[in-house]
Amino acid sequence: MRNKLSRFAIPYVVWMALFVVAPIIMVVIYAFTSANGGFTLANFARMGTYGVVFVRSFKLALIATAICLLIGYPVSYMLSKEGDRFQRIAMVLIMLPMWMNFLLRTYSWMSILENNGLLNQFFQKIGVIAAYNSIFGTNIKYFHMIGTPGAVVLGMVYNYLPFMILPIYSVIIKLDHSLLEAARDLGANTFNVFRRVILPLSLPGVLSGITMVFVPAVSTFAISQMLGGGTQMLLGDLIEQQYMGGAYNPHLGAAISLVMMIIVVVCMWVMNRFGEGEEQAVML
Amino acid sequence: MSKELIRLQNVCMAFDDELVLDHLNLYFNDKEFLTLLGPSGCGKTTTLRIIGGFATPTSGDVLFDGVRINDVPPYQRQINTVFQKYALFPRLDVFENVAFGLRMQKRPDPNNPKKMVKIPEKEIEQRVMEMLEVVSLKGFERRKPEALSGGQQQRVAIARALVNRPKVLLLDEPLAALDLKLRKDMQIELKRIQQQVGITFIYVTHDQEEALTMSDTVVVMDQGTIQQIGTPEDIYNEPKNAFVADFIGESNIIDGIMVKDKVVKMYGKEFPCLDGGFAENEPVDVVIRPEDIDIVPVEQGQLIGTVTSVTFKGMQYDIIVDFRGFKWLIQTTDHCPEGSRIGIKIDPDGFHIMKKSQYSGMFGDYSSFSEEYDELDDASLTLDEEESGDAE
Repeated sequence: MRNKLSRFAIPYVVWMALFVVAPIIMVVIYAFTSANGGFTLANFARMGTYGVVFVRSFKLALIATAICLLIGYPVSYMLSKEGDRFQRIAMVLIMLPMWMNFLLRTYSWMSILENNGLLNQFFQKIGVIAAYNSIFGTNIKYFHMIGTPGAVVLGMVYNYLPFMILPIYSVIIKLDHSLLEAARDLGANTFNVFRRVILPLSLPGVLSGITMVFVPAVSTFAISQMLGGGTQMLLGDLIEQQYMGGAYNPHLGAAISLVMMIIVVVCMWVMNRFGEGEEQAVML
Repeated sequence: MSKELIRLQNVCMAFDDELVLDHLNLYFNDKEFLTLLGPSGCGKTTTLRIIGGFATPTSGDVLFDGVRINDVPPYQRQINTVFQKYALFPRLDVFENVAFGLRMQKRPDPNNPKKMVKIPEKEIEQRVMEMLEVVSLKGFERRKPEALSGGQQQRVAIARALVNRPKVLLLDEPLAALDLKLRKDMQIELKRIQQQVGITFIYVTHDQEEALTMSDTVVVMDQGTIQQIGTPEDIYNEPKNAFVADFIGESNIIDGIMVKDKVVKMYGKEFPCLDGGFAENEPVDVVIRPEDIDIVPVEQGQLIGTVTSVTFKGMQYDIIVDFRGFKWLIQTTDHCPEGSRIGIKIDPDGFHIMKKSQYSGMFGDYSSFSEEYDELDDASLTLDEEESGDAE
């Protein structure tokens, strides 16, 4: 049956067609054509040389997602047990960095992590570096932090942590309190209430948190450029180079995008299989 | 008489300086079906939560079998609860919901009493199936709660609590969400289950009919205090004050004076009654149930009034009759048209005399008939909101 209101969806359908479906089709076309317009698989064949970038991207994104989960879940859980006022303030504090420009946030991490950055200056002041040198017999002036995979992961965790906390928190906070009481009533101690009731019921939040962190993390390019110091090239950087950089080759860029997209979709699909049924609605 | 199992001693409960329970003293016998009855906010659910261990009283003691259990957590009490909205675990099927409590349990190994072991799977299965049989849900083991009707979910919740073989089952308005027909069936079903398993049921409701149908003992509460404790018959026939009389069934409550034993005076007229033991000329509240009033021709009437409204109720007519400005509810099978003058006659056993109380004058007048009557009819809409703020 056609709903009379359905015509209000027309602008959205047009928007989706123009800016979502059409670009994907163009990506597919570009990926399978060469510079002169003929069909080719050469773009995919060339990608083999970038295997290391693929592996690094997925590895760093996975590590960042895991760290976000390890931090985000306990934070969400403990937060949900606090008083209303505390929860509101804490939520604002968690969101606060997101109100600042993304590049600005990442730049400030640069100045913190640099060889002569705030953190190293601090370490020098309190004698951590001298102590390190005397213990390990080295003669370093600073800890090398910027330009390492760790710095990139740190940038990802810092930027995407709220996306992990928010969905988990909002699921936990909405849990029916009587379920927890029922579990306690039936003999479950605090640990079992968590393991048997809270954890399984908060899984949808966890899945959507993982999705919301992993997807942007795997395709980021600004973080790796700024905090990776050019040594930690990720898929995002690689694709950017094909469009903006000297290596101009939109066909290769499209092919890489396509492969990355397929891998991500497959990952998400597999993951959501764990959550069965109702949780699929949560996936983005 | 059976032995006492739970005792509340001088229990007080305050939320944010608001006294919800005021020095409650109450005991519960083994194997009895006891109902805490009262309007929203009377403290009945709080009382239940204190017994269940979900709330700790501000002062006073909770004794179980003579032992103080104020600080014993819910999972260590031999008490289980059926929650108002059932609180079934949505991801577990019926079998696993019922088995939950058993899987949580550990007990001494029969071969090695120092070792604690889980209940073996075979026993769990046997006990769960047994319980599903008791609540007539065999064949539903693998259904998820969402695929069950309200009444079936209710049965699962009962089975889940009973499978742990508690000594006491607490039920917090368990029928409030069911429709009228199902509610009536479940009332009988609950009573049957209680008799079959032979344990104490403590039942909380604001529905007086539910309380009267199922209970051995009814405790009427208001404003955190107990108004009356008794069998359903006592509570109905011998209400202690105007609140109880009004809350349990319909009552006309009229100001009167007890001239002497067995003679009460109202409307300036003396009526024979069966009550006594009051001081001479003591002001009293006179309760007359709507069904105890006979309609007679005007010339034979003890009192004469004018019919102001007639409502057809199926089995009887509810008519409102104005006696010199005070309106009575009378239930009769005779049709009396609106505006007609009628006489009434009340037998001596139709009068119930109560001492004056803080509730005198607050109830029993049907001047605002329509609104009050509507409210009483759909009690299920007024769910308890008294405890929303005391989680944890």
